Amino acid sequence: MAILFYIAAALAIVAGLSVILHRTPVYSALSLIVVLGALAVIYLLLGAPFIAMIQVIVYAGAIMVLFVMVIMLLNAHREQPIDRSRFAHYLGGPVLIALLVEILFAVWRQFPVSSTPPAVGLEGDPASIGHLLFRTYVLPFEVTSILILVAMLGAVILAKKQP
Amino acid sequence: MDTASSLGFFVMVTIIKVVVVMLVLLTVIAYLTWLERKVVAHIQSRWGPYLTGPHGLLQPVADGLKFLFKEDIVPLEVDRLIYWLAPFLAFTLACLSIAVIPFGAHYQFHGHELFQLTDLNVGLLFVFAVTSLGVYSIALAGWSSNSKYPLLGGLRSSAQMISYEISLSLAVIGVLMISGTLSLRGIVEQQAWLWESGGLGILPHWNLFLQPVGFICYFTAAVAETNRVPFDLPEGETELVGGFHTEYSSFKFALFFLSEYANMITVSCLATLLFFGGWLGPVFGPGWLRLLLPVLWFFLKVFCFLFFYIWMRGTLPRFRYDQLMAFGWKFLLPLALLNILVTGLIMTWVG
Repeated sequence: MAILFYIAAALAIVAGLSVILHRTPVYSALSLIVVLGALAVIYLLLGAPFIAMIQVIVYAGAIMVLFVMVIMLLNAHREQPIDRSRFAHYLGGPVLIALLVEILFAVWRQFPVSSTPPAVGLEGDPASIGHLLFRTYVLPFEVTSILILVAMLGAVILAKKQP
Repeated sequence: MDTASSLGFFVMVTIIKVVVVMLVLLTVIAYLTWLERKVVAHIQSRWGPYLTGPHGLLQPVADGLKFLFKEDIVPLEVDRLIYWLAPFLAFTLACLSIAVIPFGAHYQFHGHELFQLTDLNVGLLFVFAVTSLGVYSIALAGWSSNSKYPLLGGLRSSAQMISYEISLSLAVIGVLMISGTLSLRGIVEQQAWLWESGGLGILPHWNLFLQPVGFICYFTAAVAETNRVPFDLPEGETELVGGFHTEYSSFKFALFFLSEYANMITVSCLATLLFFGGWLGPVFGPGWLRLLLPVLWFFLKVFCFLFFYIWMRGTLPRFRYDQLMAFGWKFLLPLALLNILVTGLIMTWVG
């Protein structure tokens, strides 16, 4: 189990770096799919097979397909480095490192290395997740879905041809 | 038995099971191509393959050898890595979903399920996850070939597969509501008894009779999802030369070809399990026959679906592209949604 976790985690990190560093958009998109797949493996190891499968179906199988399709339609072959702003050039690195240190610090304080992993009060099966989504958190869940619907309507209106 | 040797035993049994299942799957795929050529030929009043072996039975072997020894032509301007990756991805994903398909009754052999590679409690979702990834192989093959016909074929197929995947998933929700489990073995075992009244005690309790609309939605979407006639727009020989695999030759083309048949087998297996009671059927006789008869029933039911696929190919013309999209979004999707609504209402009333 631990070996599988380290393989999946390493794969996720390497593929994640490849998303940023690759110059060809299709390769970046494919790397992102690998990241999502590796995360699904980690969910499986955590005992949440339902979340893992949904992760693959929704993110890797639906959303990323749209990304890949758009890239194919634009036939974007190679990214040309444009003139970046000098501000971003000098501040980007330090800000990134600061953010990373901050997150690591927070995680360390929350879960010291010696402590056993916290007991999860949640089964990973579909029934309990459905219970959470449609009973406990039904209002935020529905509000989110309406938000997405509104965004979709907005996109349709904006893209519509003027009469 | 200590842990190490039981782990070794587990690995050994699993490997044997995987090898046997793969061999059976590949043989079935090979002879499915033969069956398709024969059946379509007879529909069109021809003989089909006849010269290699009795009734052309060795034709798949000859075809396989031909594919292996043909020159592998790689066009100059392709994207090498993705061009190579796409066919292998297609074939791997097509064969992967067979891992959760149960093809015989529950039987433990030294603590191992004999007629199923692994029983996931989210087996159905696993099949859908693998199917949803299958789009990439076609889209990437079309893109990486760097040629206009494959690109058009790839784009068409991704649009088509995304559209029909939604109907495919929604169509089975009715079945899931009735059975209350995502495990494929569990769904079949729900159908294990006969109708008490009205069916004269012989009509099996298949989900087909509870979910006729769901079944029609499922099967229509499944045909589109596997890119078969009348929804074979991604290939569309008359418009796109050969669609996404125009620039592929030799063994890589064979992999695409085989994965299409593997996908047909997968969706036929799923239709059998979800709507036609899987391996259930009359079982009698001595112990070994009781064990093997369910497997026979399962294979027979799947065979009927595969025959139906071929029959349709011999009968129906191809849709136009806008008709295909309109049918998927404006008819099939609302129908599947309505089916869920009606199923829910009836379940609430009946209790």
